[in-house]
Amino acid sequence: MSAVHTGDLPADEVAIRVRGITKEFGSGGAITKALRGVDLDVSYGELLMLIGPSGCGKTTLVSIVAGTLEPTAGDVVVFGKDLVAMRPGGKVAFRRENVGFVFQAYNLLPALTAAENAAVPLIIAGWPRRRAVEAAADVLDQLGMGDRLANLPSELSGGQQQRVAIARALVHEPRLLVCDEPTSALDAENGRITMELIQRIAVQPGRAVIVVTHDSRVYSFADRIASMEDGRIDAVTSGLHHPGDA
Amino acid sequence: MLWIAWKMLVGNRVKYLGIVFGVIFAAVLIAQQASIFCGLMSLTVSQIRDVEGPGIWVMNSNVQYVDDIKPLADTELFRVKSVPGVEWAVRFYKGIARARLQEGSYEQLILLGLDDATFVGAPSGVFLGSIADLRKPDAVIMDDAGYKRIWPGEPYRLGRTFEMNDRRAVVVGLTKANRTFQSFPIVYTRYSQAVLFAPPERKVLSFVLAEAAPGQNAAEVCRRIEERTGLQALTRSQFIWKTISYYMQKTGIPINFGITVFLGFLVGTAIAGQTFYLFTVENIRQFGALKAMGTSNWTILLMVLAQGAQVGVVGYGLGVGLAAIFGWIVKGATRLSFFMPWQVLAITAAAVFVIVLVASLLSIRKVLVVDPAIVFRG
Repeated sequence: MSAVHTGDLPADEVAIRVRGITKEFGSGGAITKALRGVDLDVSYGELLMLIGPSGCGKTTLVSIVAGTLEPTAGDVVVFGKDLVAMRPGGKVAFRRENVGFVFQAYNLLPALTAAENAAVPLIIAGWPRRRAVEAAADVLDQLGMGDRLANLPSELSGGQQQRVAIARALVHEPRLLVCDEPTSALDAENGRITMELIQRIAVQPGRAVIVVTHDSRVYSFADRIASMEDGRIDAVTSGLHHPGDA
Repeated sequence: MLWIAWKMLVGNRVKYLGIVFGVIFAAVLIAQQASIFCGLMSLTVSQIRDVEGPGIWVMNSNVQYVDDIKPLADTELFRVKSVPGVEWAVRFYKGIARARLQEGSYEQLILLGLDDATFVGAPSGVFLGSIADLRKPDAVIMDDAGYKRIWPGEPYRLGRTFEMNDRRAVVVGLTKANRTFQSFPIVYTRYSQAVLFAPPERKVLSFVLAEAAPGQNAAEVCRRIEERTGLQALTRSQFIWKTISYYMQKTGIPINFGITVFLGFLVGTAIAGQTFYLFTVENIRQFGALKAMGTSNWTILLMVLAQGAQVGVVGYGLGVGLAAIFGWIVKGATRLSFFMPWQVLAITAAAVFVIVLVASLLSIRKVLVVDPAIVFRG
């Protein structure tokens, strides 16, 4: 295995431990190897960025870590839970309780207001609607969206929609925040604001943040940057010495 | 989560209205056509329903429906009377007569001859004149719809005359009566008078109307009558269903209406199913996001079924409501028969249930197999 990994952190510091992950799509002669043996550790309180060209396996890796995709082989332990051994129902509950998502395309429900969209994870968790919306409104207020609570996504700018998506990802205080290209649809200013919000609110002791990005403007927000190429992690560098600075 | 399902559904107005329209279309067509069919069927038995009082109809054993008259000998009346359990029995004439009007024109009539002594089977809706006036010479009571047909635009007036079988008939009363399948005017008269108005025949007795003695089961008395006389004896309800069964089996009416109902069902299913499926496909990323965020497949299934149920309830309510309004309007303004019993509502509900289920199943498969990782794809 030619994987580069982050070095073995002490077990009590590791939020996410990935070992020897492979992922193949298709069958027979049409197999595509998306991951070719990835080792990766993410520690508590860390913001890790995954970078690399399109098709290098970033999204596949982050999907596996978030528990939305099964690896073909390898081990994935997140907050001490073995995701590979976990049954599908357990994985659904794990995601519900531990993972927050910020998607590239926001994926807000167009018929719900900003506050209602942000409340969705709490509603999924079984909170009463009114309480969930009130809690979501508090988070949106922290994100500077207090005056947009009743607006539909179609009435919000791209940056505002992304803030709603961040509020939705954080409202249930997940231990893992997974962000997929959170700034790719935003201008430089909104991208910076978005990353500042993620760093300020989500990067906390006891939590971990993984950001998949192509956007070199936001590399400086990372604690470490894992650079991927052809289904493998090529290099892991400090956020201050990322490849974009070269 | 059901709240989110509802918001997703109604949030896309165009799709939502499209799905509901499909269900409404099917519900209207099914309920409306079924109600017209029921209305037509009720016309076929209106004369049985109008003859109040007797619980048993006795007739020739080959009679298949109420208008299928096969005359009996007058002596059959006494044979029926002699059957144990029969409280009373009377004669009843029913036939088609030809009326010659003073203007020289002719009109077909349904002629009903009531027992001279008791007037059993007399109409209960007489609003001008009285039943007792039938004792007068040549007297007949006519239904108001028939009066308007024979003398259109003219005010109700007793004493008008016309001829049947070269004998004078005098209108001594007017009554409300249920419209018949043939829509001919109905005239009531005494039995002894009716046989004079009718074309001469050797046998003229159409039916014997009877009643079971108190404490006797009518169906059991019918069985006894049949056993002892060889005639056919039916309770009022049995005769109604026998007549309806005849029209159902021997005419093309049910097939014609059935085809329309089936087409309504098919088109409704196609519109609702396709639109609901498109709605689901359009929202597949949202469903994927919900799954990624920890919504179970079971909850997703409930969400889609709840959306289907919501569409079904709204579509059904509006559909049968519109069908009822249609019936109410056309019944007052035209001669279209329209009768919406609870069975029509139940059948329509069942059809809507199937439509919604089919539409939901098409979508359910799509959302259940969607990979939550879809949300990471751009």
